[in-house]
Amino acid sequence: MTSTYLLPLLKIVVILNAVLISVTFMTLLERKVIAWVQVRLGPMRVGPHGSLQPIADAIKLLLKEDITPARADKWVFTLAPIVSIVPALIAFAVIPFDREASFFGYRVPLVVADVNVGLLYLVSITSIGVYGIILAGYASNSKFPLLAGLRASAQLISYEIAVTMMLVSMVVMSGTLSMVGIIEAQYNAHVWYVFAQPVAFVILFIGGLAETNRAPFDLPEAEQELTGGFHTEYSGMRFALFFLAEYANMIVVSAIATTLFLGGWLRPFPNVEWLWVLGYVPGWIWFLLKTFVFIYVFLWIRATLPRYRYDQLMRLGWKVLIPLGIANLIVTATFKVLIGHP
Amino acid sequence: MLESIVFYTLAALIIGFGVLVVTTRNTVHCVLFLVANFLCVAMVYVLLAAEFLAIIQILVYAGGIVVLYLFVVMLVNLQRPPDASSGRRRQSSAGFALAAVMLAEISAILVFSAARPASAAASVAAPTQPAMGNTQVVGMMLYSDYLVPFEVASMLLLVAMVGAIILARKEA
Repeated sequence: MTSTYLLPLLKIVVILNAVLISVTFMTLLERKVIAWVQVRLGPMRVGPHGSLQPIADAIKLLLKEDITPARADKWVFTLAPIVSIVPALIAFAVIPFDREASFFGYRVPLVVADVNVGLLYLVSITSIGVYGIILAGYASNSKFPLLAGLRASAQLISYEIAVTMMLVSMVVMSGTLSMVGIIEAQYNAHVWYVFAQPVAFVILFIGGLAETNRAPFDLPEAEQELTGGFHTEYSGMRFALFFLAEYANMIVVSAIATTLFLGGWLRPFPNVEWLWVLGYVPGWIWFLLKTFVFIYVFLWIRATLPRYRYDQLMRLGWKVLIPLGIANLIVTATFKVLIGHP
Repeated sequence: MLESIVFYTLAALIIGFGVLVVTTRNTVHCVLFLVANFLCVAMVYVLLAAEFLAIIQILVYAGGIVVLYLFVVMLVNLQRPPDASSGRRRQSSAGFALAAVMLAEISAILVFSAARPASAAASVAAPTQPAMGNTQVVGMMLYSDYLVPFEVASMLLLVAMVGAIILARKEA
């Protein structure tokens, strides 16, 4: 009874809170990082060095008036932010933070559900997330959000193909769809898959940028062309939900990249005996560190690269990444058949 | 007990959403009810311990195909349904005929499986080796016992894709 219902519930509560808190502070991190890149200070007023800024922002957003446009499709308008935040949060169910950790003598695997279709589950959940954006665009009954919504969904669908192709080659490599299994396969193969599959890694990273609507692919919210993008008509907490979803998706993509390519909770050089000192750091700390590196690169890229034009985006997706993904899959499968276990 | 409560709730939801899909006037709402319907069907698959099928149901139908429906609906922007009064009678009689065929098929399946319960159960249980998971079994079946149907289906999809590209290129 305890292990079937109570323990997963406890993990869900802990992970949801951790995600929401880190998402809140990621907004501060993003503003600070971009400010440093642009030789500014960023938020400085609330708390020491602006460290309490996210809390002030949250209170502001909660107190703001919640407006529904008169001509909007009310039900769908309410539904859209929910549809975009829920997939972003339930994706964390299959992300393995550590093999197990011991609390008060209990040994607990640090993953909510180690299902044997974990990777497919993530792909399908992200494909549901598209609805949030497209519905927000439709329900606002306004020109800019509709255009942004259609743009966003076209972008997500295009890049999903390349990313899925790449995930299939990772499945061929590891021989399993389970996230835990993929990490163990990397341990047994004595290599992080980033070194075995560099092409797949690059495709996943570019696809991840596009799927989370981050710069340089943040066309759905291109201010110059579309005012605010698909959330132009949203205010207050509903607007905040879209942002929470975007940042939570960034964490999810970073965690997926960590799991697939950087060996998840494994310490660097997990098979090298004389580096045993590194083993004293718990696995979940390694996991969070690697994830943080990806998140930082996300912010760094946003501060560095200009936005793509829409036709360039589509050309990159369909004419470069998808053929490359298919070629990578064919090469991986060929090697797998020839060598057995690469 | 718990399982049957969940099953009947899901069944009721599926039928309810199905009715809403055909009765709602607003096309976008129809598509949304269709998504809800697909998600409930996926939950029934989970209940049957077919989690691979459930995920594929969400990925392909709810996540892929219906997004394209939504796309078409928004681009075409149907204010009101096209004038359907001319062909309505023929359509409804065709609908009844199809429903009758479906009913006959389901009852035939029920009768046959009731007639030979032991052999039917055996044929289902035999290929499922306990050592392999659901997903592996599906994969093995697709590439061994059902190889020809699988290849025919993928050929059909390829033909459809080539056809779509040819139709689109004619404009340019």
